[in-house]
Amino acid sequence: MISYRNRLIAFIAATFVIAAGAGAQSVAIVGGKVYPVSGAPIENGTVVITNGRITAVGTNVPIPAGAQRIDATGKIVTPGFVNSSTQLGVGDIGFGGPPVDVSARGKDNVAAAFTIWEGLDPNSVLLAPARKDGITSFVIIPTGGLISGQAALVDLVPGTTTDMIVRAPAAMVAEIGDAQQGGLGSRGELIVKLREILEDARYFQTHRDAFDRAQTRPFAASRLDLEALLPVIEGKLPLMLTVNRESDIDAAMRLAREFNVKLVIGGGAEGWMMADKIAAARIPVLTGAMNNIPADFSSLGQRQENAGLLRKAGVQVALIGNAGGGDEETFNVRNLKQEAGNAVSYGMTWDDALRAVTLAPAEIFGVADRVGSLQPGREGNVVVWSGDPFEFTSRVEHVFVRGREYNEKTRQDLLVERYRNLPGTHNQPPQ
Amino acid sequence: MKALFCLLLAGAVACASASTQPTTSTTPARDSAKSDVGLGATSVPNADPFPSTYVPFPSRTTVIRNVNILTAAGPLIRNGAILMQNGKVAAVGASVNAPADAVVIDGNGKYVTPGIIDDHSHLGVYAAPGGNALSDGNEATSPTTPQVWAEHSVWPQDPQFPRNLAGGVTTLQVLPGSANLIGGRSVVLKVVPARTVQGMKFPGAKYGLKMACGENPKRVYGNRGGPSTRMGNVAGYRAAWIRAVDYRKKWDKWNADHKGDPPSRDLGLETLAEVLRGNMLVHNHCYRADEMAQMIDIAHEFGYKIRSFHHGVEAYKIADLLAKEGIGASIWADWGSFKMEAMDAVKANMALVDHAGARVIVHSDDPSGSQRLNQEAAKAMAAGAEIGLPVSEETAIKWLTINPAWALGLDDKIGSLETGKNADVILWTGDPFSVYSKPEKVWIDGALMYDRTDPTEQWRTDFELGFVPFNRN
Repeated sequence: MISYRNRLIAFIAATFVIAAGAGAQSVAIVGGKVYPVSGAPIENGTVVITNGRITAVGTNVPIPAGAQRIDATGKIVTPGFVNSSTQLGVGDIGFGGPPVDVSARGKDNVAAAFTIWEGLDPNSVLLAPARKDGITSFVIIPTGGLISGQAALVDLVPGTTTDMIVRAPAAMVAEIGDAQQGGLGSRGELIVKLREILEDARYFQTHRDAFDRAQTRPFAASRLDLEALLPVIEGKLPLMLTVNRESDIDAAMRLAREFNVKLVIGGGAEGWMMADKIAAARIPVLTGAMNNIPADFSSLGQRQENAGLLRKAGVQVALIGNAGGGDEETFNVRNLKQEAGNAVSYGMTWDDALRAVTLAPAEIFGVADRVGSLQPGREGNVVVWSGDPFEFTSRVEHVFVRGREYNEKTRQDLLVERYRNLPGTHNQPPQ
Repeated sequence: MKALFCLLLAGAVACASASTQPTTSTTPARDSAKSDVGLGATSVPNADPFPSTYVPFPSRTTVIRNVNILTAAGPLIRNGAILMQNGKVAAVGASVNAPADAVVIDGNGKYVTPGIIDDHSHLGVYAAPGGNALSDGNEATSPTTPQVWAEHSVWPQDPQFPRNLAGGVTTLQVLPGSANLIGGRSVVLKVVPARTVQGMKFPGAKYGLKMACGENPKRVYGNRGGPSTRMGNVAGYRAAWIRAVDYRKKWDKWNADHKGDPPSRDLGLETLAEVLRGNMLVHNHCYRADEMAQMIDIAHEFGYKIRSFHHGVEAYKIADLLAKEGIGASIWADWGSFKMEAMDAVKANMALVDHAGARVIVHSDDPSGSQRLNQEAAKAMAAGAEIGLPVSEETAIKWLTINPAWALGLDDKIGSLETGKNADVILWTGDPFSVYSKPEKVWIDGALMYDRTDPTEQWRTDFELGFVPFNRN
């Protein structure tokens, strides 16, 4: 059992950190090896965060008077990690618990208007464990149907959903390759359907008045869905297509070219087979590095080298949990670092792997001006690691989101405290 | 969600393949109650209807020198050596004497460990590339199906097998799924290419019995005649064991006196009677602490032993009980929350259970996780360190090797690098608990079965020919 005295010390220490955070407007992380990702690593570097934003990064930067100093000597300092394929906070328990708010019924498997973040619960007990392991931003993506809905990129800060949102929508999500899930008979029909919807969105864009007077032909999607698709056909909002088979990736690329859509490939298991073409078309890919199983006939070429081979060909790659395509994480959003380590083990450079969990997803989702790198003006999303962030032996020693340090106990921590010495205690620990 | 085979996806209903043909075996009946019947044997009325035909692959006497050895039977041997001869570990230590014709491998500061053993796999019964045609893991037609045997569902050409081998797994237990209260017999396989499942079966391995607690059976049968509650689950186990006790009594009596006609055979009760006789090991899928405690009482009531609780995300809450009862905890490093009964999962589970003196087993229940059980152990080590319960590499290697070997009743043959044991050996590219390390070479019974550096030493299943468009590295 943790003694009362130790608990008291822990409590006092926690109080000190919070008080210091509240009192000081600035934090200076000094002495660490700093990986800005947007630039070369800096030995013995300093990162200054003021009023929630990074104000200085370098070797000889002035530290504001009264700044809280964090000694990072011998440590690694990186931007907070961005997990870009999660369903964190939109359903804490898979089966048998509260509702999991990740899919919309839509109309004929089209739910473009669905905004998944309306279901985001900032009080989810799974948020804190992710942050504790160095995740400071994440993307929640809808699943199901043909057009699943809109994804959002949020920061792991407490408060309301409004407080958390960095960008919403951050992408429109659709699936091709599984005609059945789209309620259709074959791959070809699925593409026809997508094309019809995009054409209708185009037509709707220029004939809204006629539509409102009921003087248009019937559309394949509802008014709200068509409206939601306007930023996609205007090239403002990326269309993320979950697609694995080489031929499906090719079909997605043809469709994107035809409608001048900003395409993002999710999953992309067989992307390595046409890496040069994906690179030439400047299409980013969200993929994992821990899946090598030909788990279905659409991903027979799945391999752990995929991420590294795509990157080597010049593709913008963001690493996600276990190769995507239906593996959106909730409980283990925190394991992104393991994915990065495995990517390195299977051919990606260490620097590229770090980029693939920080700046790359920020660029793909259009928020690189706010998160993903350590540069003045960016949000104070910073992690101090005890060593190589991808190694299991390394711990997160400090995690800052928008300049505030978080080190609260998670529900899992509380369970461990309770049962660490059996039979355990069933009273509240002393406050 | 991950492909949790324990969850029984809707429609994943396997077909029964257990033979119901009358047996004409002349194998003499034996009273297994007093003798240790042949391992892997059913005592009555026919001993071993699907015998292993495994023979070790050709091996050469091999010595690995200048290598760090985690033996799972003692402290790390730095810059040591290991000799494999005639399929066995012939010597291991700071240095070994090797015959002149031995293949010599310079370990160059890398690591050697015993082969990894996964005691919770569904390879072959939920084979890739998946789909209904290959969904053979849950005989979800009745909540109690002790009559089915997992081996009758195993497809030896499952492309997941060679991937497991490349991940260092040399032995695995393939279990039926967890839709049922009593799901059927497991089978212990060597991860080797073979045309038949018999060619993969671990000679002499005991069978396991799969049982499952909690949410899965009641979810599957809630609208199909029950059980629909946890109390219904418990009534179901007890009803089955009551029948089994009766059946065993009849057969034991007949085996002893051979008076009159033998009692009629019942495949399911035959399996349960073998558990009661101590010839089979119970592997019980159970998440919650309170349910594990109830399953222990049921085992006491009917006089059988539970060998290991599988999934046990709440094992840390009753680690003292598990230690007292001598029951293993086959658990994940960090899975949780995918259903209500998994919501109290903590990353320190393994460290806490180990600290309380119970046996920790890193298991997978997942074809992907099974390839990286070393990484799972490493995460659990880190979680232990974080709460002030550091776990040494010498301890963690046991979680991956000798402890699961014990769970399968094979700890006298595999699971540690000691003279005379089977030469199931991994040479790692580095420290096995680093995210950057991978098995470089894997031997089973002294035969080199996988070499990352040599594509000609990498097993391809029939399925992979043509379908899988690359040479896996």
